Amino acid sequence: MIPQEFEYAAPATLQAALELLADPGARPLAGGMSLVPLMKLRLAAPEKLVDLRLISSLKSIRREGAVLHIGAMVTHYELESAPLIRQECPLLAAAAAAIGDVQIRNSGTIGGSVAHADPAADYPAALLALEARVQLTGPTGEREMTFEDFVLDTFTTALEPGELVTAIVVPIEAPGTGVHYQKHPQPASGFPMVGVAVRVRRENGLISFARVGVTGLSGKGYRARAVEERLIGGAASDVEIKEAASVVAAGVEASADIHASAVYRAQLARVATVRAIRASLPHAH
Amino acid sequence: MSTVTTETPTYVGKRIKRKEDPRMITGTATYLDDIKLPNMHFAAIVRSPYAAARVDRIDAAAALALPGVVAVFTGADLDDVGNVPCGVTLPGLRIPPHAILAQGRVYFAGHPVAVVVANDPYRARDAAELVEVDYTPQPGIADPEKALEPGAPAVHPEWPDNVAFVHKQENGDVDIAFAEAEVIVKQRMLQPRVVANPMEARGAIGDYRSAEGTLTLHSSTQIPHLLRSIAAAVLGVPEHKMRVIAPEVGGGFGCKADVYAEELLVCFLSRKLGKPVKWVEGRREHFQATSQGRGHVDYYELAAKKDGTILGIKLKIIQDIGSHQQLTTPLIPTLSVLMLPGLYRCKTFRAEVVGAFTNCFPTDAYRGAGRPEATYGIERIVDCLAVELGMDAAEIRLKNFIEPQEFPFATGTGLIYDSGSYAATLGIALDTVGYAALREEQRAARAAGRLMGIGIATYGEICGFGPSPYTPAGGWESATVRIEPSGQVTVHTGISPHGQGEETTFAQIAADELGVSMDDVVIVHGDTAIVQYGIGTFGSRGTAVGGTAMFLAIEELKKKIMKYGAMLLETEDVQWVAGRVVCNKTGASVTVAQIAAASYRALKLPPGSEPGLVATSFWEPANFTFPFGAHIVVTDVDPDTGDVKITRYVAVDDCGKIINPLIVAGQIHGGIAQGIGQALYEQMVYDENGQILSGEFTDYVMPKAANIPFIESHHTETPSPVNPLGVKGVGEAGAIGAPPAIVNSVVDALSHLGIRHLDMPLTPEKVWTAIQGSRA
Repeated sequence: MIPQEFEYAAPATLQAALELLADPGARPLAGGMSLVPLMKLRLAAPEKLVDLRLISSLKSIRREGAVLHIGAMVTHYELESAPLIRQECPLLAAAAAAIGDVQIRNSGTIGGSVAHADPAADYPAALLALEARVQLTGPTGEREMTFEDFVLDTFTTALEPGELVTAIVVPIEAPGTGVHYQKHPQPASGFPMVGVAVRVRRENGLISFARVGVTGLSGKGYRARAVEERLIGGAASDVEIKEAASVVAAGVEASADIHASAVYRAQLARVATVRAIRASLPHAH
Repeated sequence: MSTVTTETPTYVGKRIKRKEDPRMITGTATYLDDIKLPNMHFAAIVRSPYAAARVDRIDAAAALALPGVVAVFTGADLDDVGNVPCGVTLPGLRIPPHAILAQGRVYFAGHPVAVVVANDPYRARDAAELVEVDYTPQPGIADPEKALEPGAPAVHPEWPDNVAFVHKQENGDVDIAFAEAEVIVKQRMLQPRVVANPMEARGAIGDYRSAEGTLTLHSSTQIPHLLRSIAAAVLGVPEHKMRVIAPEVGGGFGCKADVYAEELLVCFLSRKLGKPVKWVEGRREHFQATSQGRGHVDYYELAAKKDGTILGIKLKIIQDIGSHQQLTTPLIPTLSVLMLPGLYRCKTFRAEVVGAFTNCFPTDAYRGAGRPEATYGIERIVDCLAVELGMDAAEIRLKNFIEPQEFPFATGTGLIYDSGSYAATLGIALDTVGYAALREEQRAARAAGRLMGIGIATYGEICGFGPSPYTPAGGWESATVRIEPSGQVTVHTGISPHGQGEETTFAQIAADELGVSMDDVVIVHGDTAIVQYGIGTFGSRGTAVGGTAMFLAIEELKKKIMKYGAMLLETEDVQWVAGRVVCNKTGASVTVAQIAAASYRALKLPPGSEPGLVATSFWEPANFTFPFGAHIVVTDVDPDTGDVKITRYVAVDDCGKIINPLIVAGQIHGGIAQGIGQALYEQMVYDENGQILSGEFTDYVMPKAANIPFIESHHTETPSPVNPLGVKGVGEAGAIGAPPAIVNSVVDALSHLGIRHLDMPLTPEKVWTAIQGSRA
């Protein structure tokens, strides 16, 4: 459980970091909660680690009009506990709070998690339901895209060599939006075998807005648009919820491993969807 | 035989915080990896990624070129070091030669193929990655039942049937019992392999000094003296020139009551290189190369009368042996046969154990070592019988229990149960949990579509190993008790505690017996150069056997103390009262400290006495001890996900006399946690060839604090007549009672759906799939 030898740098500015990351043997280090275990198992062996922890411009959380701008190096614990996040984007706080344990949350960062693109991470369900955006900064400048477009496949993103995730942008939740993140953890690792994030609004007793994000079920997270369509315009009775949830895994190739077969994983997705919708409804008006 | 002092004890029976804990929680305890020796080097092992393969070529050139690397050795370089030993003899036992480094073939994923020694552990690990090994993989086999089928890959070419041994035992006329039975129930049961995972994994340091021809082996072990004798023989070192030191050991649970290739390897390396060499097990290595527990495929058959009386038991155990025999590998399932009838009076049985070779690391002792397996089986099959007959689970047990007046009870398997009050203990559990009300609640829950289960398990176990004829390597224990000139007490015990707390409990006993303060007693263990030969800590024997040896040594000392006191008080008319020798007529007295001082100065000696106050006792128990108990578990099963939630856990355990309730509570809670782990979470998973699939904590499901319910723990105290302390042992009880109680509970939750049995671990998917199947 000893990593291969590596060099280590901790630059104080984003510019200095980008210069160091121009070296193809260099990799950025955020919270280290995914990268360091991989290095200890010798599944990853970067020659140089560029630690981003000293770059203060990556650690801010601020309101920008109708959105919240979250620096990539903000930790899960900061997201779960910051009053601004808890009040204005409670779904993100809920997803952050579900990650690992307190020690992990004090180190792990949203930028690191998003850049790593683990198909069984917690954030994707929430970020998809929030229609979040990802800001990237590289040697050629800044660009932005939806989170949905940013994650291409398992552990694969749209990051170009030398580019960093620098911020996540989420909407300030409109009043009367009910949200819930329902997670079914893998019992050994604590990662979601399936995680479903729901945002709903009601008007005159009918669902006027629904967003459903799913993580853990397959090779990458996805928006369950089929579930959303069935919910919108309905009264969200128990029967309607079950019927809408029943298609959450339709057409999705569910993963299988020693903890859950594809069939069982799909069952968990349906159950988590039902429970997430039910839990978010009381706050939806 | 005199029993523990009849005066009101100051310490025994009291909740007293452990003397061990301050050093452990302040980070000042010395574990194996804390040990730094001058010029110490580090070993990193190159392990096979294949479970079965031929080793065609090993090229260490790149590794040797790395600065700081001093040597690389393979199986060809071992001089005449012997093999990893098996200490068990059974008729027909096949013992494959087990060299400390692979000899041209590998038999399990993780099999050591080469070892790198470097001047720091990082360099050693880097160099190990650079050793090139060419393998020709062969088909392997991980499933022990499939390994016994014709055509299965042969683990060892010389034994194509993969049979490691066959062990049979029977009593009474089983065929008549089954012919006359009014009902017969049958069930196949799996008890998958589990990994011990002590918080501290293994580790060893070999330190050979050629100028003196002495070898010191530091090892995280449960059996320092046995390890010394065995390692000395394997390495060809005279025993008196070998020393084994067990430092602070961070848990063992049986996996460290063994002799491993790596322990022998570091000694070989040190002797070869003339430097101390340290090897520390990584967690991944622990999954690959440390002995595992359980590994049973059991076929049970129970014959009974319609009124629930058990007439006969048939059992076939297929024991997953693994690729080789570790120290006590084949012994463990034979212990299951001894405990086959559990707490029931039926003496008619037929048992057969078939040991199957597989391409996995060997199984060996793990908390309970054979007795949890037996208890699980009998408690499950008795529940199956109860369901078949429509009888209540408690009622059927009460009908078959051995009754108090029947002790000592000779079982059909050749054991003599010392004492017990099984019905009373189950009764307390039933009252505590509110059994009748729970069954009412269950009826209502079922009507509302809730899946609620109530599971009972009653267990007995063999502890206090044990009479030497039945304990390989001897079952006695030793103690030397030394009263210093100051009157303070040093005890050298041959047991080797690694979390059991004897530094505290033995001090309690010794302090009460000698009438001194607990702070004035220190317990020393683990170093073969300091402590007289002992057997070690396993099989819940520490206090029952080791404590008794200490007690008897103290009795010897007390005789001497009385004589000395009489001399000092100038009268024969004296008695012992709480740490003083008192003149009956005048009330004048002398303390143990005063006597000690006088005894060492020896200005005046009682006739026929020697100076000094030291006594050694080697004590052999005439029988095992038999703790017992009843656990009742209430569960709630989520029909949509199969998740199992334990809503109540009642444990009533009888470990005989309780020395320290705090420590007993710790043992019960820890054992139950491991039992919950086995029942609901843990299993070692291999693919069909023996490739490890659950080799990290990200995949092997350990029970965590959040998974353990509040445990309502109660005790009865039925003293054991086997030893003067009345102690039965408690280390393994929780791990024995929990799995059957939990599985019985979940099966009970689903019994109205027609489900009769589910195998451990009761993963949510397994439970959900069974529910789906029942509704189909």
